[in-house]
Amino acid sequence: MDTKERQVETAASSSTKDSTQSFRSGAVGKRIEAKDLNIYYGSFLAVKDVTMSVEPNKVTALIGSSGCGKSTFLRSLNRMHELINGARVEGSVTLEGQDIYSAGVDPVRVRQQIGMVFQSPNPFPTMSIYDNTAAGLKLNSKRMKKEQMDGIVEKALRGAHLWDEVKDRLSKPGSGLSGGQQQRLCIARATAVEPDVLLMDEPCSALDPIATLAIEDLIDELKQKFTIVIVTHNMQQAARASDRTGFFNIGETGDPGVLIELDDTEKIFSNPVHKETEDYVSGRFG
Amino acid sequence: MTDRQTPTMAPEPAAAPTPPTDPFGDKDGRIPAWGPWAVIFGTAAALTGVLIAIGFNLVLLLIGTTLISILGIYVWGRIVEGRRQAFDRAITLGIGSIFALAMVPLASLLYTVISKGLARMDSEFFSTSMRNVIADGGGILHAAIGTAIITGLATLASVPIGIMAAVYLHEYGKGKLKRALTFFVDVMTGIPSIVAGLFAFALFSILFGPGIRLGVMGSLALTVLMIPIVVRSTEEMLRVVPDGLREASFALGVSKWRTVAKVVLPTAMAGIVTGVMLAVARVIGETAPLLITTGTFSSVNLNPFEGRMANLPVFTYTQYKFPGVPPEPFIDRAWGAALVLIVIVMVLFLVARFISRRYGTELRK
Amino acid sequence: MNDIDSQKSDNEAATVGTPPSGIGDRIFSGMATGAGVLILALLAGVAIFLMVEAWPALTASAEEIPGGDGLVSYIAPLAFGTVIAALLAVIIAVPMAVAVALFISHYAPKPIADTLSYLTDLLAAIPSIIYGLWGIAVLGPATVGLTKWLADNLGFIPFFEGPASTTGRTMLVAGVVLGVMILPIISAVAREVFTQTPRGLQESALALGATRWEMIRMVVLPFGKSAIVAGSMLGLGRALGETMAVTIILSVSGGVTFNLISSSNPSTIAANIALDFPESSGLDVNVLIASGLVLFAITLVVNIVARAVIERQRIDD
Repeated sequence: MDTKERQVETAASSSTKDSTQSFRSGAVGKRIEAKDLNIYYGSFLAVKDVTMSVEPNKVTALIGSSGCGKSTFLRSLNRMHELINGARVEGSVTLEGQDIYSAGVDPVRVRQQIGMVFQSPNPFPTMSIYDNTAAGLKLNSKRMKKEQMDGIVEKALRGAHLWDEVKDRLSKPGSGLSGGQQQRLCIARATAVEPDVLLMDEPCSALDPIATLAIEDLIDELKQKFTIVIVTHNMQQAARASDRTGFFNIGETGDPGVLIELDDTEKIFSNPVHKETEDYVSGRFG
Repeated sequence: MTDRQTPTMAPEPAAAPTPPTDPFGDKDGRIPAWGPWAVIFGTAAALTGVLIAIGFNLVLLLIGTTLISILGIYVWGRIVEGRRQAFDRAITLGIGSIFALAMVPLASLLYTVISKGLARMDSEFFSTSMRNVIADGGGILHAAIGTAIITGLATLASVPIGIMAAVYLHEYGKGKLKRALTFFVDVMTGIPSIVAGLFAFALFSILFGPGIRLGVMGSLALTVLMIPIVVRSTEEMLRVVPDGLREASFALGVSKWRTVAKVVLPTAMAGIVTGVMLAVARVIGETAPLLITTGTFSSVNLNPFEGRMANLPVFTYTQYKFPGVPPEPFIDRAWGAALVLIVIVMVLFLVARFISRRYGTELRK
Repeated sequence: MNDIDSQKSDNEAATVGTPPSGIGDRIFSGMATGAGVLILALLAGVAIFLMVEAWPALTASAEEIPGGDGLVSYIAPLAFGTVIAALLAVIIAVPMAVAVALFISHYAPKPIADTLSYLTDLLAAIPSIIYGLWGIAVLGPATVGLTKWLADNLGFIPFFEGPASTTGRTMLVAGVVLGVMILPIISAVAREVFTQTPRGLQESALALGATRWEMIRMVVLPFGKSAIVAGSMLGLGRALGETMAVTIILSVSGGVTFNLISSSNPSTIAANIALDFPESSGLDVNVLIASGLVLFAITLVVNIVARAVIERQRIDD
């Protein structure tokens, strides 16, 4: 389609500040790394000393039993953690080498680069499907012509495998869709702004198995354009859908969560290095 | 803990890290945390200087500081951070200023009442009535007693009715009566106080003849105003008592009425008391209904069923509106009475809040 | 809707396994029901007694009514004044109340948010007569300079026609004071809803890289829209019925005018009653009560609509 071709042509250089071109088409995922990351709620240490690297354009799954800090860790990657009163972080998280927690960095802009999809599908109830998808774009709508926005919306909805189901009712509210469709709409909304990294916090746990599989297929396709980190309590999902897996665990209640092991998914599930990991993936606990 | 990372790619030359470039044409920097404060105080200082030169005016200083700071932070933000962030900062400052603006009447009013009312905070004020007082002197004894009696009667009437009606709504109610009552109680909260007064007047006029003025008429008007407040806050409190408590009581073989009377109500009591205090605070300053029912009176009257009865709000009104010659003592008395009224209301408010904090559960306010 | 449905939908304790009722129960529940019925009777009584006492005025001939032109032309300017003052109050109060509510729910640091809402609610606790005193003694005189400026420079606008009052006892001041009085009512309703905005929606907006204000605009305000409307109507109802502040502040001399800054203003229904009632007798009293009935009807309608809007919001959630 015409808009798409134009977008692909107009180049990948993401450092241009030219506002008239469509933004950052042809973007690829970026590498995101944590170094000595300690995450606090007030004085309570929730996650301790995490150092890990997330491969670009791969799906990294984070697994572990409830309360072991994987969601907390995920939220620290796009500076959503600090929205809670008293929450803070020590250490660094870098996106292609640049520390997102350094003093001169605006968390709002971090979140433009690192997107998030949440556990419960939550399209904005007062907005139509089109407006939901375009919500992130509209924040800067002065610079975008209607045809351009239409193109991006369609691209995002197609990318989320939702276009065919909603193309005739783009102006209807997002709340009229089924759970699985709503979640795909949220994915379209998050991907429309073409972030470098897409974080997903248990995106399928509120959905039925069929919708879940649909999303997993989607994730497999999405990783071609984005780096994906997904938190899941469903081990089979991690085994099916991810390239790399990280296992989090805690000792006693009240201890901080730690990253036990991070490796290729196949290795984690067949021949992990740590006994705790093996116990968890073979279902001995958790 | 070892985690097996694949070797990281060689990082870009660790030279000056570039902030994440972003597609929306915004800028790269960030205003330091002390930035907005610097703008506000700097503007205030500068303006003070300017105004001292051309004629100092507090209002102009405040308005000028606010407007110029908002503009200043927007411009600074626009240069350093970008359009959207600058706008967000300007709005933040704007909303904060509006809040401050909303607090100005409160501060000004309290200051005025306190400073003007202090003139009569003497013992004579609290120990004498207006009996035989032509100009100077006099006090609020009769009005204070009157307020106590009238409000006391109203409370005595509205609290039992209000609590029982709330009990009906929450514990027993069903069907049409329940829905009608819920709806109309809500509607009742909107009755203008003067209409309540007219009702009391009308009722007594029809029953006892026109021109009648009694303390108890005022109580009737206040009761109409208090009942919906008591019902709603009690209902809220009953809702907060967990059902588990009721079930446990039933499981022990306790009858329903005893459960409500001896388990549910005591549990909710802190909140109910709070609600009653707030209802009293609301009506104790009501002038209009009392103006047309209780009339004014110069001496102490202890009988609500006979004769006119003075009360604080009407006293305040008449002293201010119809001063004699010279007017000053009347005005002073009016402010004095106003101060007493405000103190009473504030104390009730504070105690209610204290009780709900200390003993209550989630009293939503 | 039959009984069982209404029980369930209201999640009543009455549906919790109820023990068989003995005599104590029947008396107690009888008392409770009686209290409910009594309240409804009271409300009906208000309407009935008012109508009975207003009747002579409704059936009197035009010359007997003060002003000599009949009941309608007596009440009309009063109704006009009532509505103007109340509308002014709402126009001033609503934007401010929304900002105040937002400030407390989304901007102020959490530890002091409680205190701030307490302070805002305190505004509602102050008796209206004291607002009246403050208005006439402090605010009125303070606006004299401003109103003179308005009359001089913007006098072509009907609202500012002037001549500007030298005492500040203007409709403008009355409207502002009423606005301050109803602000806490609107703000409390709005604040309640703003704080209940679902976290997931707010987080989704922020995760898209929205600034705080953008998130509020995208999620919080749409969510709270009907609450703001309902709160505004409650405030309007309160402003329509407000008596003493207007009685003291307003300098009254007559007819319908849009001039907000002069000393000759129409009175409001409530203030008129307060001013004239103490000295009235005979038919004049009935006339005043009739005007009170009109006020009652107006505020009743406004309140009913407001409650309906709140109910609809609650059902939709």
